[in-house]
Amino acid sequence: MGTPKEPQYRKRIGYQAVLLGGFSTLATALLVAGNIATRDAILERQKEDLLDSLSQVVPQRRYDNDLLANPLEITGDNGKPVTVYRGTVGSQVNALAWEISGQGYAGEIRLILGLDADGRVLGVRVLSHAETPGLGDKIEVARDAWILGFNGLSLGDPPAKEWAVKKDGGRFDQFSGATITPRAVVQAIKDGLAFFRHHRTELLNPPVITTDVVKR
Amino acid sequence: MSNGYRRIARDGIWDNNIVFAQALALCPLLAVTGTASNGLGMGLASTAVMVASGLLISLFRGIITPQVRIPVFVLIIAVLVTLVDLSMNAWVHDLHKVLGLFIPLIVTNCAILGRAESFASRNRILPSIFDGLMMGLGFTLALVLLGAGREILGSGTLFANAALLLGSWAAFLELELIPDYKGFLLIILPPGGFLVLGFLLAGKRLLDRVVEQRRAEQANAEAAASSQS
Repeated sequence: MGTPKEPQYRKRIGYQAVLLGGFSTLATALLVAGNIATRDAILERQKEDLLDSLSQVVPQRRYDNDLLANPLEITGDNGKPVTVYRGTVGSQVNALAWEISGQGYAGEIRLILGLDADGRVLGVRVLSHAETPGLGDKIEVARDAWILGFNGLSLGDPPAKEWAVKKDGGRFDQFSGATITPRAVVQAIKDGLAFFRHHRTELLNPPVITTDVVKR
Repeated sequence: MSNGYRRIARDGIWDNNIVFAQALALCPLLAVTGTASNGLGMGLASTAVMVASGLLISLFRGIITPQVRIPVFVLIIAVLVTLVDLSMNAWVHDLHKVLGLFIPLIVTNCAILGRAESFASRNRILPSIFDGLMMGLGFTLALVLLGAGREILGSGTLFANAALLLGSWAAFLELELIPDYKGFLLIILPPGGFLVLGFLLAGKRLLDRVVEQRRAEQANAEAAASSQS
């Protein structure tokens, strides 16, 4: 471009094709190089993120293993695989944590749920959501203590029918101006507890650490 | 030559500012400017892309033909944005968690393609890099001003989480201007972005007009003085 007199060969279709092909090759090479340069660092960051959110719902004193070392893959009630991270002391499963989700007012709410071996809630935290700022975002622990109200509860305590917001006859507070959000969170936690009940033996079965499993 | 560079700088930062004068790139602008820190991060990422695209497009301007220039420009910009996305994910991960959704949007920032088309493809390498830098800084200025305005009005803070972006030394930037502020939701939500942007645009016009008037008065006075003598 720019030069007023263009050489004739540049008008040929072959030149254009080679030009585009050349730039595509160059682009691919650059992207491959970028991927190789950042891959390890990104994996490391993601691992840190996961550990960070796990440590919010499972207290460190409850386990002495590497939480990320032997996650358990179980097919959930809706057919989707659930990855359960288990904290053990010796061969005793002492704490479990996995990701749950609910359908909020503005899309999916992702939470992480931590339980002890009796199926009691150790902690719940919101990982991501798109609820209305100022109304629905009280589910974040940084904004409101509401989410801490689940600690120590289980599916028998309170009884299953009380696992709902007050508006629906349950025992959990909704927020003024936002009912759908807490309803979704309560339902997600209830489903998580039901998942524990259904898969209890499997979940509490101590992980067999043989060299085979570790390799896999 | 230095005059030319001064012109480019003036154009990029003020006279022909991407946001304030051209009203381009509003999509990333309104999406990320809930806080000044987010605006700064997005602005710096966009600047990096603009500088690099200025360099590459100016470098290859001799071999790119008009017929295929658009796909080539888009390809170059897309590669650069992906590289910025990857490196932010790897090295400023916390900021990436906030901005991650919007980084790919830099590709759709028409201002970058616009500068490639109207400047980098017609100028030599150094002016093109400089133009990218100045346009990027102008964009950053707009993002930070808008972010700061919305943050002060909406949350009563300024540069919250700046330490995530710049490292812990930047913690002194984080101010809580209005303690116990309840928050002004409208300003944080997208409509607030349009509102504050509207005031900023009006403010820029006003400033330009005042400067112009003052200049005209000065010229009049000088003319009067010279005619008297």
